[in-house]
Amino acid sequence: MADVLVLVAHPDIARSRVNRALAAQARLLPSDAVEVRDLYALYPDYVIDIEAEQAALDRARFVVWVHPVQWYSMPALMKLWVDDVLAFRWAYGPGGRALRGKCLWLAVSTGGTETSYQDVGNNRHPFESFLPAYRQTAELVGMRFLEPQVFYGAHKAEAHEVHDHAHAFAQRLLEFAGEARASALTAQPDVAADERRITSDD
Amino acid sequence: MPHSHWLTLTLTYFAAAVVAVPLARRLGLGAIIGYLAAGFAIGPWGLRLVTDPSQIVDLAEFGVVLMLFLIGLELEPKRLWSMRRPIFGWGGAQLLGSLALIALIGWACLGFAAAAWPLAVVAGSALAMSSTAIGLATLNERNILQTTVGQSVLSVSLFQDIAAIPLLALIPLMAPDRVAGADAGHPWITAARAFGMIAVIVLGGRLAIRPALRWIARSQTPEIFTAAALGLVVGTAALMQAVGLSMALGAFLAGVLLAESEYRRELETDIEPFKGLLLGLFFIAVGMGIDASIVVRHPWQVAGIVVGFLLVKTTVLWGIELGIPIRRLERPVFTLLLAQGGEFGFVVLQAAQGQQVIDNGEAGVLTAAITLSMLLTPLLILVADRWWIPLLEKHVPKTKLSELAEPQDAPVIVAGFGRYGQIIGRLLHVNGIAATVLEHDAEAIEALRKFGFRVHYGDATRLDLLRVAGAARARVLVVAVDGIEPSLKLVDIARENFPNLTIVARARNVQHWYQLNERGVHHIERETLDSALMSGRSVMEAMGFEPHRARTLAMRFRRHSVQQLYALAPHFRDESKLISLARAGRQQLEQLFAQERLDHPPVAPTWDAAPQAQEEFDEGVPEHPAKPVAKDETPVP
Repeated sequence: MADVLVLVAHPDIARSRVNRALAAQARLLPSDAVEVRDLYALYPDYVIDIEAEQAALDRARFVVWVHPVQWYSMPALMKLWVDDVLAFRWAYGPGGRALRGKCLWLAVSTGGTETSYQDVGNNRHPFESFLPAYRQTAELVGMRFLEPQVFYGAHKAEAHEVHDHAHAFAQRLLEFAGEARASALTAQPDVAADERRITSDD
Repeated sequence: MPHSHWLTLTLTYFAAAVVAVPLARRLGLGAIIGYLAAGFAIGPWGLRLVTDPSQIVDLAEFGVVLMLFLIGLELEPKRLWSMRRPIFGWGGAQLLGSLALIALIGWACLGFAAAAWPLAVVAGSALAMSSTAIGLATLNERNILQTTVGQSVLSVSLFQDIAAIPLLALIPLMAPDRVAGADAGHPWITAARAFGMIAVIVLGGRLAIRPALRWIARSQTPEIFTAAALGLVVGTAALMQAVGLSMALGAFLAGVLLAESEYRRELETDIEPFKGLLLGLFFIAVGMGIDASIVVRHPWQVAGIVVGFLLVKTTVLWGIELGIPIRRLERPVFTLLLAQGGEFGFVVLQAAQGQQVIDNGEAGVLTAAITLSMLLTPLLILVADRWWIPLLEKHVPKTKLSELAEPQDAPVIVAGFGRYGQIIGRLLHVNGIAATVLEHDAEAIEALRKFGFRVHYGDATRLDLLRVAGAARARVLVVAVDGIEPSLKLVDIARENFPNLTIVARARNVQHWYQLNERGVHHIERETLDSALMSGRSVMEAMGFEPHRARTLAMRFRRHSVQQLYALAPHFRDESKLISLARAGRQQLEQLFAQERLDHPPVAPTWDAAPQAQEEFDEGVPEHPAKPVAKDETPVP
């Protein structure tokens, strides 16, 4: 019964530095608290087991997406996951309330440095400008979108930086797990707000 | 000079076999007839090259012994146990039924004379036996020993081998100069010794032989292992003979005991050539044993006995066939392989003659009848192949084909519902795509229908049948038949008569692929390519490749392999060109993958151990397009 679900999506994780480190750290945590699913390892043929993914989401209170930013967005299989798993009548639409009240946290890496993500940089916009699609996705399915963690300049990072980043990431996951356990007893999702959202979205 | 005599004799046997067997096979008669003819040719009634055939009979009998050992090796004890019903049920019915009928008819022919009944019973016992050698060798030759009919013949033969023991024990009781039952205690002792010996062989096989073989194998001397294998069979046979049991049965038992051992395959390959040669010698000996003088003196009597007992046994076998699950087309084989007389008949006659139950003249006539029936069997099977089975074939489809008499209208026709077609059929079925399935193996159809598949009987390479199957209106024809020739024939017919059909074909191999491609088929899959690639991916994953990476590499390999086929296709009849092109293609692939390795050097297994010097490409690959839209190369991995 893992409260924290970490979805890793890297098309060639063997060659990754940051994402591989995050996945490795997350796997060191107790699996009853943190479940790690490596999408490209699970579905190399791009045939996603929708039931299994939805079941994993059902179990979790915190959902973490770990992926490199590619063309200002997510890797292809992560997008396919969103398309397939966040299904009509399950995640949104009539009766689609499976994800209500859960939290979504983005832990991504970019090749570009932080300065490149500025008005004057190569990417011409701050990273935040590329996030509306993510935010709205969370909004539509009733998830709370936590402040993303971005690791800039992944190519040029020193090994110790990657290391520290991964440890901080693991720390955060543990906090999530503790929070989930504590709130499991008391907190209830804001049903009224959810209902409002459903009617306005459809 | 006995030495040179031995050499000449051996040379005679080899020469006769070498000439006669290939000749017989060329004439389509089968090896067994070749051996029999060779025997007759060199025997006392042929060229008289060998005047005393009894010299080699003992040695030749070993062919049968070795054969049963090999058959035993194929049968694990568990399977033998599961065959107990066929062995005792059908075997018992065959032997006792034939024995009783032949004895009764024989006794009737002798006018029910009180003194004649032992002769009738002996004749019944001798003629009821079938030739294990001919039966099983024929099954082997046709490679159908493992089929239902093969196993049925084997079951009945095994029962005869077992039953020969009490039969031989009973013969002395019928001797005229003895009061029946005077030696009442004797058979019991014999029986006790027999069971004791079987127990010794079973226990010895379990406890002693396997460790012994292991010890011998460890010596790493192949010829000693062969010697041990032969010695094992000879030893078992000798033990069995010592207590008056059938040598062949003993060897069979030894084989069964070793069927589960790790040396099964070695034993098989070591003994196989000896078996082949000695079995050939056995048939030669049978051929030589044909006593033409008796046939010449009593032609009608011998002919009458042969025809009579073949008819009786055929009737009994026909009755058994009604009760056992043999396909109608296979019944002639089952009948013919068990109808003839056999080598056990000779033994029974010899014993009876020795005990003076029958006289020499009677024994001679019966022996001649058995020999002739053995000679006839391969010929009769030939006749059955040519006329009887085709005749049955005409009858069988009528019942099965009834369904296909009404025209079908499914948009897909699947021709061939073996392992390949079934997967396609199931995929279509679960997705609600109607398909008309044609399969020509009646046995497979029965099994498939049990699982609820709607499979029609029929040869898909027949135009009329394709029409009934709705080929004129269907959209897709799946050519999944097993044979390459039928596959090409079907494609030819379909392309000529039903241009509306999109053909999806299964290629058994690359040559087949070329031939299909030449006929303009666009959707051809090599049947092993994709499963092999999937296994290749598993290997790469086991070697530490990420699944997605393994998939990418395998798919790239696949694309190259397919492109290569198309590139080679125009030259597939020109072998030298094909070879050079294939070599060039392989080099191209190697270069491609070498480049791949340069671009993607292998990665150290743990992330913090990753070498610092390694420049990375990923981690948010290309967000540095200076002008994102204008970039014409795709740097995405």
